Amino acid sequence: MPETSAGTLTAPAKPARQKPGGTLYRGREGMWSWVLHRITGVAIFFFLLVHILDTALVRVSPEAYNAVIGTYQTPIMGLGEVALVGAIVFHAFNGLRIILVDFWAWATRHQKLLFWIVVGLWVVTMLAFTPRHLINVFSH
Amino acid sequence: MTAMEFSARPPRRGINLEKWGWIYMRASGVVLIVLIFGHLFMNLMVGDGVKAIDFGFVGGKWADPFWQWWDVLMLWLALIHGANGMRTIVNDYTNPGVVQKVLKGALFAAAAALIVLGTLVVFTFEPCPVGAPADLLPSFCAA
Repeated sequence: MPETSAGTLTAPAKPARQKPGGTLYRGREGMWSWVLHRITGVAIFFFLLVHILDTALVRVSPEAYNAVIGTYQTPIMGLGEVALVGAIVFHAFNGLRIILVDFWAWATRHQKLLFWIVVGLWVVTMLAFTPRHLINVFSH
Repeated sequence: MTAMEFSARPPRRGINLEKWGWIYMRASGVVLIVLIFGHLFMNLMVGDGVKAIDFGFVGGKWADPFWQWWDVLMLWLALIHGANGMRTIVNDYTNPGVVQKVLKGALFAAAAALIVLGTLVVFTFEPCPVGAPADLLPSFCAA
């Protein structure tokens, strides 16, 4: 037994597939969860800055507010809102995943499974939102 | 290394702001999920969704202190959560120095200015401005 394992260690029949830097993290669920959390977070932050400014126009005049909010109702912005809600929903569910991973040992061990649960919940939520929103945008 | 060398390190004084920042991101995040999902549901899913949003819609919503406080709480929690998240990213991708200071200063200034602006807008909002066309105003203005 020791001989065979030593043999495979020193002279592998086939070189093991190259893995980056001795980590199981890079390129896996944990990394994509982290990357997507960053990207969606930055996107939502910049939308928030714009959204507070456009809403502040209610203090200028009804005409000014209606003119700007009208641009949110165009087809292109309607599709953009699907992307925005998609970013928010992912950030929300993945944020809950982060909290669970931080505070609950079971979740830490099963963080990969939790990532796929986040993806599944995201799909379900977007299936509920997207048709409803696009019907509103493209009808009337 | 001996135990004495460990204890020679001076104990940290005062409150640990990074720890409270970490806690804030999680606590505010949970509350924001409720606030923002509610906001999206009321504004995009109910009735005609985004097509129904205009000055009259906002006026009708903010006639109720419940939605005023909902939106103000969302404003404060989201901007601080967002600005703090951006600060984390600035820390990750820049070295200490002038650029980092400028970026963090800009984040702080933007968040502070928009919190003040947004709070003032919600609480000084005039739903029935004098001289505005009646068809642009909430229905209760006619009374």
